[in-house]
Amino acid sequence: MPSVPLLDRRLLFVTGKGGVGKTSVASALGLLAAGQGRRTLVCEVDAKGNLADFYGLGPLSFSGTKVRDRLYAMSMDTEESLKEYMSLQLRVPLLARLGPLARTFDFVANAAPGVKEILTVGKFTYEVKEDNYDLVVVDASATGHVVGQLASPVAISELVSVGVVRSQTEWMIDILTDPRQTGVVVVTAPEEMPVTESLELVERLRGETDIDVASVVVNRVLPELFSHGEEEIFGRLRATEVTAQLVDAVGPGVHRVLDGAQLAVDMRRGSVPHLERLRGGLPEGIPVLYVPYLFHRSHGTRATHRIAEFLGEELL
Amino acid sequence: MNPRSDPLVTFEQLCSTKEVVISTGSGGVGKTTTAAAVGATAAANLGVKVLVLTVDPARRLASALGLERFGNTEVEIPAGAFTDVGVEPEGELWVAMLDTKASWDDLIAQHAPDAATRDAILANPLYDNITGKFVQSHDYVAMERLYEIHNSGRYDLIVVDTPPTRNAVDFLEAPERMADFFSSPLLRWLITPYRSRIMNFASKPFYSVADRILGSQFLEDIAEFFMLFQTMYDGFVERARAVTTLLGGPQTTFMVVSTLEVAPSREAQFFCDLLGERGYHLGALVLNKVLPQYMLDPEGTEAARALERDAFKLAADLVPELGNPPVKKAHLSHVLSESARSYLDHQVVARREAEQRRELSSVPDLVLTVPYQTEDIHSLAGLLSVGGRIWR
Repeated sequence: MPSVPLLDRRLLFVTGKGGVGKTSVASALGLLAAGQGRRTLVCEVDAKGNLADFYGLGPLSFSGTKVRDRLYAMSMDTEESLKEYMSLQLRVPLLARLGPLARTFDFVANAAPGVKEILTVGKFTYEVKEDNYDLVVVDASATGHVVGQLASPVAISELVSVGVVRSQTEWMIDILTDPRQTGVVVVTAPEEMPVTESLELVERLRGETDIDVASVVVNRVLPELFSHGEEEIFGRLRATEVTAQLVDAVGPGVHRVLDGAQLAVDMRRGSVPHLERLRGGLPEGIPVLYVPYLFHRSHGTRATHRIAEFLGEELL
Repeated sequence: MNPRSDPLVTFEQLCSTKEVVISTGSGGVGKTTTAAAVGATAAANLGVKVLVLTVDPARRLASALGLERFGNTEVEIPAGAFTDVGVEPEGELWVAMLDTKASWDDLIAQHAPDAATRDAILANPLYDNITGKFVQSHDYVAMERLYEIHNSGRYDLIVVDTPPTRNAVDFLEAPERMADFFSSPLLRWLITPYRSRIMNFASKPFYSVADRILGSQFLEDIAEFFMLFQTMYDGFVERARAVTTLLGGPQTTFMVVSTLEVAPSREAQFFCDLLGERGYHLGALVLNKVLPQYMLDPEGTEAARALERDAFKLAADLVPELGNPPVKKAHLSHVLSESARSYLDHQVVARREAEQRRELSSVPDLVLTVPYQTEDIHSLAGLLSVGGRIWR
């Protein structure tokens, strides 16, 4: 089956190892989708507040904040999600009766496995089901936790054999396991641990869930400075007598420049095996998108716009 | 800010004094490697018995340290591994990897009043789910295991890597939350015998809502599980308090690891502040993957600009100097301008790092910088080389 175009899906979970730029990719995908005319919601699950930075906003809350035309951002709050779930879906008449539940919410959520996870996933699938947005982009948990989150409706439906929750999990599972609607975007970087974790995550998602891996985004790809032949020329340049002539021409700082270029070459070279391991290790049919390393502005709205531009080109 | 000619604090000093060094920081900053490097260097230089307790090491590092086969068991890195890389170790280096599941099982076995309760808990279908998914379960078990090992008196120094958490402070609060959890009214309510619970007027609305949402069978399953768990209440709470005491005690220090990228250094700052506020001992801040200082050299900037501007002309002059086989002028010109461009691009990053470094306030006395490593570290030699950079 040919892969469904990324932004034509309804629900994207963006995940990756900590530090690879998951939030910047999620915010860029949201910006790109909204720019193409889709009503888009971007939600941060781990409230670190970085999503707000990438949209140039103040702190986000459970009720969405408008970023620009067709683009909204929110942060997940499981307690708020529970309240919304109670009133909208279970139609529990009196909120007052929730008093004891709200007070002990943390304990309920901790005691009953999967409650927090399902309130999180439930909110997103609900937005899709109600058609409130064309696309919901989730800046999801890091690789270690995301499988548990995505598998929570299935886990709950296995544990809870009756009750409203049981029937609620059914439509959630339908949305989550439909590749035309839902996909996971795995963000990685060309380094050892991120690539290893990404490959493991893809394997787990395919083995333990029925949720489609929509795409892998390789972030912070360092540029290749020289072709093979040019690298050899660069090596010759570093011979003392040649460098001495360059010092005469452009000043003693040329040593710094050449050292810096050497470092950049080594950094790039160090990343190549990881890129190859990623490409070789991914199952066929998963599109891989590349986003170059951003030297200027790696954080904030400008970074979001740049990454959105690169992703836009990759998705053409 | 008081600049000193000779530093008053070193890792050598910290590791000679403290019994527990906890490595923390956001994901992807080299927390595990730094912890292993400090442990290995301490074993090499001090006549002490060191344990590095890691959570999730890179596979090649794990196999280099012989961790793959042993998991939760502590294993010694043979002295021969040190002498192979030209180091005569003063002390001993032991390593262990945290196995959350096995640690929980041990914990249950230890606290269960009898074998029947233990087996009932281990067999309960909710047990795996709760220990596996319980939000603080990994954090708690890591700190618990640290406590157990420290208390055993087997090591002079334990260097601990912390689990990748949502928030770097989660693990600090884990023991306390565990104690809270076991003394929560909800838990007591859940394990009240069933019929009296239904009779209890006050809890009826809650019960009916919960029942409608989750189904009474599920609630009963939970109740049964926690009824079993309650037999271990005293042991758990007491233990959780002891763990908290160890984390805040004079024998423990924290090492915050970060890079100078925006998000990680912001989190490092937050964590340094928080440790300070709560009275924990903040021993060191280690900044990894930092670009070299020469990237900031104004002479370099000047040379790079000239090189970029005059690349073509310079290439013409240099072609004969480069010898045989002759190089094409266009290629050489491209090499010169690309080198210059690369230097200027990375200079932007180096400046940003310098500014991030400056913005880190309320940092510990010991702040160490580890330059960008172009190769991953997966050998004892690599660890000792990183450790050597931050040791004295």
